[in-house]
Amino acid sequence: MNYNWDWGIFFKSTGIGSEIYLDWFVTGLGWTIAIALVGWVIALLLGSLLGVMRTVPNRWIAGIATTYVEIFRNVPLLVQLFLWYFLVPDLLPEPLEMWFKQDLNPATSAYLSVVVCLGLFTAARVCEQVRTGIQALPQGQTAAAYAMGFRLPQIYSNVLLPQAYRIIIPPLTSEFLNIFKNSSVASLIGLMELLAQTKQTAEFSANLFEAFTLATLIYFTLNMGLMLLMRMIEHRVAVPGLIAVGGK
Amino acid sequence: MDFSAILPALPGLWDGMLLTLQLMVMGVLGGVILGTALAMLRLSHNKWLANAAATYVNYFRSIPLLLVITWFYFAVPFILRWITGEDTPIGAFSSCLVAFIMFEAAYFCEIVRAGIQAIAKGQMGAAQALGMNYPQSMRLIILPQAFRKMTPLLLQQSIILFQDTSLVYTVGLMDFLNASRSRGDIIGQSHEFLIFAGLVYFTVSFAASLLVKHLQRRLAV
Amino acid sequence: MISIDNVNKWYADFQVLTNCSTEVKKGEVVVVCGPSGSGKSTLIKCVNALEPFQQGDIVVDGTSVADSKTNLPKLRSRVGMVFQHFELFPHLSITENLTIAQIKVLGRSKAEATEKGLKLLERVGLQDHAHKHPGQLSGGQQQRVAIARALAMDPVVMLFDEPTSALDPEMVNEVLDVMVQLANEGMTMMCVTHEMGFARKVADRVIFMDAGQIVEDCPKEEFFGDVSARSERAQQFLAKILQH
Repeated sequence: MNYNWDWGIFFKSTGIGSEIYLDWFVTGLGWTIAIALVGWVIALLLGSLLGVMRTVPNRWIAGIATTYVEIFRNVPLLVQLFLWYFLVPDLLPEPLEMWFKQDLNPATSAYLSVVVCLGLFTAARVCEQVRTGIQALPQGQTAAAYAMGFRLPQIYSNVLLPQAYRIIIPPLTSEFLNIFKNSSVASLIGLMELLAQTKQTAEFSANLFEAFTLATLIYFTLNMGLMLLMRMIEHRVAVPGLIAVGGK
Repeated sequence: MDFSAILPALPGLWDGMLLTLQLMVMGVLGGVILGTALAMLRLSHNKWLANAAATYVNYFRSIPLLLVITWFYFAVPFILRWITGEDTPIGAFSSCLVAFIMFEAAYFCEIVRAGIQAIAKGQMGAAQALGMNYPQSMRLIILPQAFRKMTPLLLQQSIILFQDTSLVYTVGLMDFLNASRSRGDIIGQSHEFLIFAGLVYFTVSFAASLLVKHLQRRLAV
Repeated sequence: MISIDNVNKWYADFQVLTNCSTEVKKGEVVVVCGPSGSGKSTLIKCVNALEPFQQGDIVVDGTSVADSKTNLPKLRSRVGMVFQHFELFPHLSITENLTIAQIKVLGRSKAEATEKGLKLLERVGLQDHAHKHPGQLSGGQQQRVAIARALAMDPVVMLFDEPTSALDPEMVNEVLDVMVQLANEGMTMMCVTHEMGFARKVADRVIFMDAGQIVEDCPKEEFFGDVSARSERAQQFLAKILQH
């Protein structure tokens, strides 16, 4: 097993068209970001709704949200992805099934599956954060809002949620970063995101250490960049004198 | 849907589950040991050691587990060859186990560190005021309390690892998920086997997390 | 017994102790008071090196704290300390709290350590609680156990760091009573406290600190005698604290 180190590999031709290996990484990163961002929008909206449902003084509504969370938290992400990609299309009504399996190109159908899968999976986690944030607020806040004549939906939108979101920015940040990392499971249903492109580069060029090092660096940089972004947001929305920002 | 084919397949699926559990238990043990060592380094007064441990943790926490598994699967044979100078065959199981231990150690480190810090200061001062040295204070006073406090978190992380072992699918290891998929594919009932696998994972994780919650409530008193 | 010589301490650029010098003689009871943030807790923690300091020296019973060759655990095992928040070990029973350091640090046998611990527990009036855990005791009881725990090491001097300020008012006296008894038996004591009644009763000297400096250091009679002779900052402090 002789290994030929070549850090210039990324600028060499892949032998396919005029592409160089770096192009593969750029394409892969594009898919990774596209999965994560759209998945995050779903997770944030659905997760917030579920989080509110869990704190509402109604056993049935809270029970539905709790059931959702337990199901999506206790089945491995990969199993969920296989269910969405292999099983769910077969359960769709005939015309939709045909559309999904035949009209869409394979990358698009894989993309749809993984976005829905990650969105719903992450929503369960976001739900728990939102719930924790709401429950961390003093009971007096709700009482005071009721005393001023607010109705429950108004209390959530004007009093509870604006405070809860500010408290949970740090744990939400880590869920946001997780969805980028979790998007790598898309490689297992054939979507050519960052990890899949890395593997392909390693196999094509035989320069696996260089390929995986670059992938690691990209994930690491992405992580740091997003963390800084979230910290900036946290500072921007911080309420003076309310909550200490940034740990110390 | 026809689930009747699952019953005769159970022995094969059980083998897969055994491999899954083996990976999880060994991964948790190795991860906790390495993670505790890392936590001690992170809290040490030696800046160089503390920074090295922090870099390790930040590195592994910012990349996907799937990447680590894949990379180790590709790279470990090469690295072993460089170290030993000869071809050292190492199975997918070992490379996956190493990947899990190194990856999970970063997460366990943070749990242990938080556990220690939640106790620290005053208790450390009291132990030292009684004349205990640093290792004695850690061993007799800080760690017993810290581990008690973080047991629920460690168990929760173990449940996550139980689910994450399914990622070894990528290197073709016959864990519970892969055993279910391959068996289902052979007889053309992949849907049924996939649903069954999902139900089993759910039941085990859910039951375990209920136990953890129960334990948490008891420890809280 | 304790001599503090020109101690200076900084947290990064911020100086928390400035040229602190004083002495506590054998058998003496010295009360340290001052507004919060004045550095009094920091100073007392320097005595057994729980807080490091950058300049000056502290000598405890002939041993230099600043000397890098000093075996600090050994020094600390001879200096008893009582903390504001008790700091009993919550995972251990009361008996174990009283014996663990005797066994692990002083190398006493378990039987000897237990006998000694229980005797001291009786002395602070808590013999019935030996098998409980700290969480099952009230704050005042916990602090009395903490005092017994420190005494079990046969200390040559006792340090008290605001021992009553985390207690509910009705529990303050049970702790002060133990401290008064200790003082009357001739124990050398350095106490950071706001309990001026305690100072009046048993202190030999009172030290007043402000902004990291020792502003007053005089016999009790002098400190409480002619208030107008005190520094302005001490007068302000006393006015606030003695009003009640």
